[in-house]
Amino acid sequence: MAPDSSHLSLDLRDVVKRYAPDAPNAVDHIDLAVSHGEIFGLLGPNGAGKTTTIGIATTRVRPTSGTVFVTGVNVRAHPSVAKRHIGVVTQFNTLDRACTVEENLYFHGRFFGMPRRSAHARAQSLLTSFGIGDRGRTMVAELSGGLARRTQLACALMHHPQVLFLDEPTTGLDPQARIALWESVRNLRAAEGMAVVLTTHYIEEADALCDRVAVMNNGKVLVCDTPDQIKRDSGDGVLVTLRLRHANPALAEQLRALDGVGAVDPDDDVIRVHVIAGDGVVPHVVALAGADLRDLVVAEPSLETAFIALTGRALVP
Amino acid sequence: MTAATIARQPGRTGLYVRAFWGLMLRDARVLLREFVPFVLRTIMNPLLFTFVFTYVFPKIGASITPGGLTKVSFATVIAPGLMAVAIFFQGIAAVALPLATELGGTREIEDRVMAPLPVSMVALEKVIWSGLQSIIAAAVVLPMILLVSAEPVSISVASWPMLIVTVLLAALVAGYLGLVIGTVVKPKQIGLIFSLVVVPVTFLGCTYYPWQQLSSIRWLQIVCLINPLVYVSEGLRTALTPEIPHMPVIAVLSALLVLLAGLGTLGTWLFMRRVID
Repeated sequence: MAPDSSHLSLDLRDVVKRYAPDAPNAVDHIDLAVSHGEIFGLLGPNGAGKTTTIGIATTRVRPTSGTVFVTGVNVRAHPSVAKRHIGVVTQFNTLDRACTVEENLYFHGRFFGMPRRSAHARAQSLLTSFGIGDRGRTMVAELSGGLARRTQLACALMHHPQVLFLDEPTTGLDPQARIALWESVRNLRAAEGMAVVLTTHYIEEADALCDRVAVMNNGKVLVCDTPDQIKRDSGDGVLVTLRLRHANPALAEQLRALDGVGAVDPDDDVIRVHVIAGDGVVPHVVALAGADLRDLVVAEPSLETAFIALTGRALVP
Repeated sequence: MTAATIARQPGRTGLYVRAFWGLMLRDARVLLREFVPFVLRTIMNPLLFTFVFTYVFPKIGASITPGGLTKVSFATVIAPGLMAVAIFFQGIAAVALPLATELGGTREIEDRVMAPLPVSMVALEKVIWSGLQSIIAAAVVLPMILLVSAEPVSISVASWPMLIVTVLLAALVAGYLGLVIGTVVKPKQIGLIFSLVVVPVTFLGCTYYPWQQLSSIRWLQIVCLINPLVYVSEGLRTALTPEIPHMPVIAVLSALLVLLAGLGTLGTWLFMRRVID
């Protein structure tokens, strides 16, 4: 009945998670398949179910129903074996504060059965490749956010995982550190050939980094494809962002009634309008806004326009 | 390199054993870094207690001798009790204090929970490691009492099996009690809870008086039976100072076994609940 999934890095089948019997499904009948060597993104707003999905895949959240395989290992039946193949970088700094940077990596290696010598050697080579080779003896508590994230990433790689899970890897990082981390993830995939599954609520991160993206909202996967295909499928529309002099709910209603307009997402004095049919609609939108209009941005099709088309709201962190 | 590493994968038991060993190595490293505070924490309380009651008091003629025990010195009465306190609180502190922080604010237990072994064994490792510290604490405290006391301390090992079994059970019970406290109490409250627990449990744990002597305060003799430390103190008296009246061996051992089973199940369950949703 269950087809073999050893050719997949991650295979979720009809997975449901409900935290309390009367709560809504945090993860609602999800199916996902991630291939070896793929960088796969879970994109969605906070509360969409991304972190829960990663939790289920990494043995930390017990699914209410459904099956999960990591490199063909049933995660629920054999969590300890599955953990052998998984590397995890959590959303927060969960490094061991009682240890130095090098010790965090070294002991991680020992947990996975590496002998003393090779654990030290691999720790040093990873620290060097992440540009923190000179920080080995620093206590973890003294690291900046960006360095801590790099240490976490290096630590997760110690045991040569086949699937690397990154939960909001660039949240809280400055733009430079973010781009450096993207670069690291790309290099890793090239060097180690692992699959990378990451969650993000940054559209540009999903667009720049991921081979495929699953757009999530309210525990469901709305669409799962390459970023380019998602953009194409959301139509030739454009995203018009209207900045008004003051909030105007009545205008949002008028815009919704306009022909050729898809989703309209008012947010205080900003209204995002997804214009589906291109020709001549934008002038109508501008005319309706009238003297209220302070500023106007028209954006080409992007993951963001696709996201609004799919969910009816913008993804603003 | 990757292929070679994966090819050398051990069986499941080997995987667990090596992960467990790795966790022990990590804890050993952390303890060694803080070895001096560890030793001070272990000996300070019993050192002062022994000094005041078995050195200062006899010297100033204010000797304490529990009624009916004229043959033995007070030092002989409290020596097993002080060992019991050392084992017990070293065990609780070694699990509860770090665990409350690791599970609370920082969630830094994460990496150990993701090690390739069952989560219950991560909890077991904490308990075993704290048990080792308890045994070290007991081994440090006993010679110190012999050294400091101005009175003769008549201690001899009457029963090695009883001594070993009591120390091992006590160390595990204390570790699992620490696991329960560490998983339930918030990091900010751990200091408060600790002082609320330590003082009454120590003073009402038959550490400074044998349980059978409490027969003249019958209600207290019964009430203090809920205190796990009572059984540790009495078990050590049985093993080390047999001339002092003590609780029956069967009562001591069955109480410790029941406590171990109960606290072990509860502590492991609470820990699993904290780390897996």
